[in-house]
Amino acid sequence: MSVFNVYLTGVGGQGIGLLSGALGAAIVDAGLALRGCETHGLAQRGGVVVSHLRIGEGAFAPRVPPGQADLVVSLERLEALRGTVSNLRRGGRVIYYDAEYQPIAVRMGEARYPKADDIEAEVARKGGTVERVFDEGLSDPRMQNVALLGRVAALGAIDRITPERLEKAISASVPASLVDRNLEVYRRALGA
Amino acid sequence: MQTIQANLTYPKPWAGLVIGNEAVARAMIESGTRVITTYPGSPTPEIARTLDLVAPDHRDFYFEYSTNEKVALEVAAGAALNGHLSTVFFKSVGLNVASDSLIQLSMMELIGGLVVILGDDPGANSSQNEQDNRIWARMSYIPMVEPGTPTEAYHMYKEAAALASAQRGPVFLRLTTHVCHAREVVHFAALSGGGPDWTPRFDVGNGPYWPIAAEVFPLKRKALKKLQAVSDLAERSPLNEILAPHGSAPVGGKRLGVVSAGIPAYSVLENIDQAGAPVDLLKLGITYPLPRQKLLAFLEAHDEVVILEELERVVEGEVKALAFDHGVTCRIHARPDWDQVMGEFDPVRSYRLLSGIWPEAFAPRDFAEPSREVVPRPPQMCPGCGHRSAFHAVKKAIESDTITVADIGCHSLGSSPPYNLGEVLLSMGHSVSTGAGLAVKNDSRRVVAFLGDSTLFHAALPGIINAIIYNHDVTLVLLDNGTTAMTGHQARHGAGEVGGKIPIVGLLEALGVQKILDVDAYNQRKLIGYVQEANAHEGFAVVIARHPCMLKFTRESRKRRPDLKLPKITVSPDQAADAMPAMEQFGCPTFQRTDDDLVGVSEDLCIGCGSCIMTAAPGTLELQRPAPPSAPPEGPEGGDR
Repeated sequence: MSVFNVYLTGVGGQGIGLLSGALGAAIVDAGLALRGCETHGLAQRGGVVVSHLRIGEGAFAPRVPPGQADLVVSLERLEALRGTVSNLRRGGRVIYYDAEYQPIAVRMGEARYPKADDIEAEVARKGGTVERVFDEGLSDPRMQNVALLGRVAALGAIDRITPERLEKAISASVPASLVDRNLEVYRRALGA
Repeated sequence: MQTIQANLTYPKPWAGLVIGNEAVARAMIESGTRVITTYPGSPTPEIARTLDLVAPDHRDFYFEYSTNEKVALEVAAGAALNGHLSTVFFKSVGLNVASDSLIQLSMMELIGGLVVILGDDPGANSSQNEQDNRIWARMSYIPMVEPGTPTEAYHMYKEAAALASAQRGPVFLRLTTHVCHAREVVHFAALSGGGPDWTPRFDVGNGPYWPIAAEVFPLKRKALKKLQAVSDLAERSPLNEILAPHGSAPVGGKRLGVVSAGIPAYSVLENIDQAGAPVDLLKLGITYPLPRQKLLAFLEAHDEVVILEELERVVEGEVKALAFDHGVTCRIHARPDWDQVMGEFDPVRSYRLLSGIWPEAFAPRDFAEPSREVVPRPPQMCPGCGHRSAFHAVKKAIESDTITVADIGCHSLGSSPPYNLGEVLLSMGHSVSTGAGLAVKNDSRRVVAFLGDSTLFHAALPGIINAIIYNHDVTLVLLDNGTTAMTGHQARHGAGEVGGKIPIVGLLEALGVQKILDVDAYNQRKLIGYVQEANAHEGFAVVIARHPCMLKFTRESRKRRPDLKLPKITVSPDQAADAMPAMEQFGCPTFQRTDDDLVGVSEDLCIGCGSCIMTAAPGTLELQRPAPPSAPPEGPEGGDR
């Protein structure tokens, strides 16, 4: 039975919970079978946070196996590269928000932080496609996740996850007082 | 779709997208579990977070964060002795702490029943080992059930609670990390109804409850008899079921079967499904005691069987013994190499194993290998963390040959670059005593031990008392952030959020610590001096480096004032090179290396705490106040006492 694997990744504190919560709710709303999992090692604390969403009756285990993601969605550039290398399947798609959070080795001058080219090269090597997302007008970095969701919906990256369906899921996922601000960012990303 | 937040105590059936831990919390409510205890630890803290959704005065249950896992287990067991259905939950290694009392429980008539929930961690995702607590079930004669999904976790908790009540004893529910954190739609049932009955029903007539010397044997006999009854149940239970998504048929003339449990069983199911293989899976839900007759029948119905389990060779050993005793001719395969007793079995790893044994059923496939290295991103202390300030100061204060001992908590991260402080780590609260041993007859190298405030109350006090009695020459740096931060800011004992405050300085004074120095961790100059002073002191000395958890504080401030504007640090443009130590030695993630190899500031990350200012030359780093002016996030207990 078929499976569509979505691998969501980012840095602890970036709001990956909303990303996976809203997508998960939209997937269930669309009547699709869903099995997922959060992985975040030692709490979060600026480490890598991954959320797995596996759509379809053929998903039994909770995590997307290495090299089997149809779609990698990342909130950060280095994690987009890591997710591409570890989990993107041949011919898969990457959508990432171009935020930069340097790990300690980069800050100490011992390693280089990747460029957008590094991701493109890696995705090309796997015969996939990549879209970089960045919203110049974003007032609060905590809404990068919503901007990213806007592009995921606009590109129709997940079958049956329409802009309307995802908007409904976002509205239900954020605190009532923040719905308007988030939807403004979401709709701007939809049209971008 | 309903949420657990809105529906945890909803009396009627409902369905929602939840994680395993949330499903277990709902199962407790449905089962009418009355007394629930824990000490927070990954991967189970979300059970507590979910139970906390019910306001204390609306609870039909009693719930507490106990000081440690042993205390938690004892409180739950005591309540079960009184007739209340009880549950305790903790992380895998928490069972080691709780074990001294746990090991007696199967000999006791726990008239209310007790479920012990374990958060085992194959793959050591967040633990200091990946111990296999299935072995504890065997040592303590406590039955064990093992779910592989949130839905199973929900149903199996209810089964475990019913079994514990019927048996008047303890039952293990063994979760693993990716069961706790797996997410799916779970269909919940109605609440069982009926309010709590808090009548204390302890009666020594249900006992005896006194296992010493010869008195042990009648009690042990009773425990073994109960276990036999569970064994009979395991034979009949639908929790031990045979699944065959593609039917059963010989492959290459051989009938093939797999025995597995938990998440590995789901990996195998995925493999069988993808390969379209007519292989049977005996999926074990009750993993202690094993259903011997059912296993025997499964072996006899197949020509070859693979035992696929994670961690130790527990099921493998017992099944092989069973086959030997009954002269079964079925060929039993298991994991061939010692390195396969490490880590988890995801569908790729299980496919490789099955394909290696039965290529005719699981055609060899190429699995992509990572094509390149990617810079690692280890977890780190948050911007504003007082622990960072403390490690930075300690690094400046100590000799290069000083031995540093780590403990468990956010401060464990001091062991990573750029601080590299905390070179040995065993367990919660070990640091003072391990440090004491390193200091014995050691006149040349100083010993500095680190400890957090939650761990102090958890298990460190006996070690501290020991260090005081023998005046072990250790400097304890006590990192006090006022909360149990690593696992999600659960209330810490003595911090005043539950019960009264326990003043740490007063506590240490009362115990007889001769030298106690107490300072806000942001005060670099003073903290460096204090560490040096403590190290110069002969014997046990304590430096308290105190600062409230700024992640917690900033989150709470933003919740109160969503439009809160924080000050931001700026680097003086003509002194950018002087700011390098703030990025490379202090290491706050706010500082980001620019393309010109200079120090930049991430405004997304900076919380404007100013803790970095003292770590660079004067005038290099300054706080830019937001306009209109807004108060900087002074800690609730900021400043020196």
